[in-house]
Amino acid sequence: MLQVNNIEVTYMNIIQVLRGVSLEVGDGKIVALLGANGAGKTSTLKAISGLLKTEEGEVTGGSINFDGKRIDRFSAADIAAMGISQVMEGRRVLGHLSVEENLLVFAHNRKDRKEVKNDMEMVFEYFPKVKALRRQMSGYLSGGEQQMLVIGRALMASPKLMLLDEPSLGLAPLLVQEIYEIIQRINAEQKKAILLVEQNAVAALGIADYGYVMENGRVVLSGPAGMLRDNEDIREFYMGLSAVGSQKSYREVKHYRRRKRWLA
Amino acid sequence: MTFFLQLIVSGFSLGMVYALIAIGFVIILKCSKAFNIAQGHFVMIGGYLGFTFLVTFHLPVWASLLAAIAVAIVMGLLIERLTLRPLIGQPVLAVIMMTIALATVFEGLATLIWGGEYKAYHGVLPTITLRIGEISVPPEMLIGIMVSVVTVAILMLLFRYTKSGLAMRATAEDEQVVQSAGIRVTTVYALSWVIACVVGVISGIILGGVSGVMVGMSQVGLKAFAVVLLGGVNSIGGAIIAGITLGMLENIAAGYLDPLLPAGGGLANIFPFIVIIIVLVFRPHGLFGLVEIERI
Ligand SMILES: Nc1ncnc2c1ncn2[C@@H]1O[C@H](COP(=O)(O)OP(=O)(O)O)[C@@H](O)[C@H]1O
Ligand SMILES: [Mg+2]
Repeated sequence: MLQVNNIEVTYMNIIQVLRGVSLEVGDGKIVALLGANGAGKTSTLKAISGLLKTEEGEVTGGSINFDGKRIDRFSAADIAAMGISQVMEGRRVLGHLSVEENLLVFAHNRKDRKEVKNDMEMVFEYFPKVKALRRQMSGYLSGGEQQMLVIGRALMASPKLMLLDEPSLGLAPLLVQEIYEIIQRINAEQKKAILLVEQNAVAALGIADYGYVMENGRVVLSGPAGMLRDNEDIREFYMGLSAVGSQKSYREVKHYRRRKRWLA
Repeated sequence: MTFFLQLIVSGFSLGMVYALIAIGFVIILKCSKAFNIAQGHFVMIGGYLGFTFLVTFHLPVWASLLAAIAVAIVMGLLIERLTLRPLIGQPVLAVIMMTIALATVFEGLATLIWGGEYKAYHGVLPTITLRIGEISVPPEMLIGIMVSVVTVAILMLLFRYTKSGLAMRATAEDEQVVQSAGIRVTTVYALSWVIACVVGVISGIILGGVSGVMVGMSQVGLKAFAVVLLGGVNSIGGAIIAGITLGMLENIAAGYLDPLLPAGGGLANIFPFIVIIIVLVFRPHGLFGLVEIERI
């Protein structure tokens, strides 16, 4: 369904962050994309969804195919319309809009009102907490509720493939478990393929079929989820023994922020 | 009392025009984050279009309005496509500079097409007058109130209940999210500029009926700045309430205080600017601005 072939990604024509990333997501599969902060996971998702183009990023090498079509030159809106729905990192709810309006924004391109209504009910079934808050201004929801809302609204676009960027970020372990169970159900019951980006490898590999590990803009390891779970390197990697690496990338992030402030 | 009520009515009609112009500002602020310096010039063009359709072409009021709206729609689409779309991703300052350029171009166009002269057309309006007790509402004011109230109502419904309105509100919140929802922001921008042009042109026709048209009429844009500040730069509802409030206050202040001034008048012209200064000093975020939602 989705093939990412050896892509390179460059920001502002100079900062190359992906150096040949390849991965594949099959129909109805959950694929985990793991890696430390700054490894390039988000950039990979944005390359797929086309959102890269909205922040001066570009796929400068390789290609991305979805359902047999090459999509890496398409706009974000067109890619979304083809059936790829990205849930961005950091719970980007449309804060001054109600919960229901947040859901409806994602059904913008759909003509059949009845189907949209059904899908809204479907979202509410998966997330009863969200249903109870349907008329609330979404900016006032708690972190967990907002995460549920952004996953739910991605479903409203009726996508074939969902790209989830760190859905566990900043949530309490119990909530993470709840959300992961729902992600698994959505995959099984709605037949949505899912590309799941996480730093939380334990949670992600718990529900994934297959996994990739990224480091410094490259895929360094991949295999069936079960195999990755038992892999020594993975255990080590996520037990914090690569602290030197993550510290370096933290400095890079800070550097980039400073740069951006000056350039903005 | 009659004098006061008369001031209230004319203040309301003026206030609705301010509200319309302010809506134009707010819509562009929401999508482009920039003050559209040319908003007042859309008003001026509207006044001249009113003259052309009502006087030169002898069209009835409704047909003139529709014709002017059609011109405004084309104007909005052209402006967005030719001058603002190329600036997407550029700093806000570039957008503001572009609107300054547009303002100047419109001034030039008005001079080229209409000779830049003073024109008036209240004479050709139908002579309907509304009397409520002692107060009488002259035709240009009556038509103005009807048209502006209907326009504002339609816009409110559009924002609240249509897909396009929802897309506009969503785009004002987070453009990236909106694109990830499959919505083309360029379409939303185009719609925003069309609405800004349409409300500007409608205000121009109304104002032209009341006080005539000239190139300097674009000044009213600056007066509507006061409304935008008062209403909060990102709130349509605030713009409407503030517009009506300012229109009434300006009329009442001028009505009662002008005779006391040494020159015997002129307060109406500076009143909105006094309001701008006061608001900026005491409530820099306006009275009705959306509150930032802070969550940690
Ligand atoms: N918009 C941007 N402009 C420039 N550099 C960026 C931008 N977004 C991310 N980067 C850089 O790209 C690298 C990878 O970031 P990202 O894809 O967000 O990684 P991850 O999601 O794995 O943490 C980081 O070094 C980051 O600083
Ligand atoms: Mg990331």
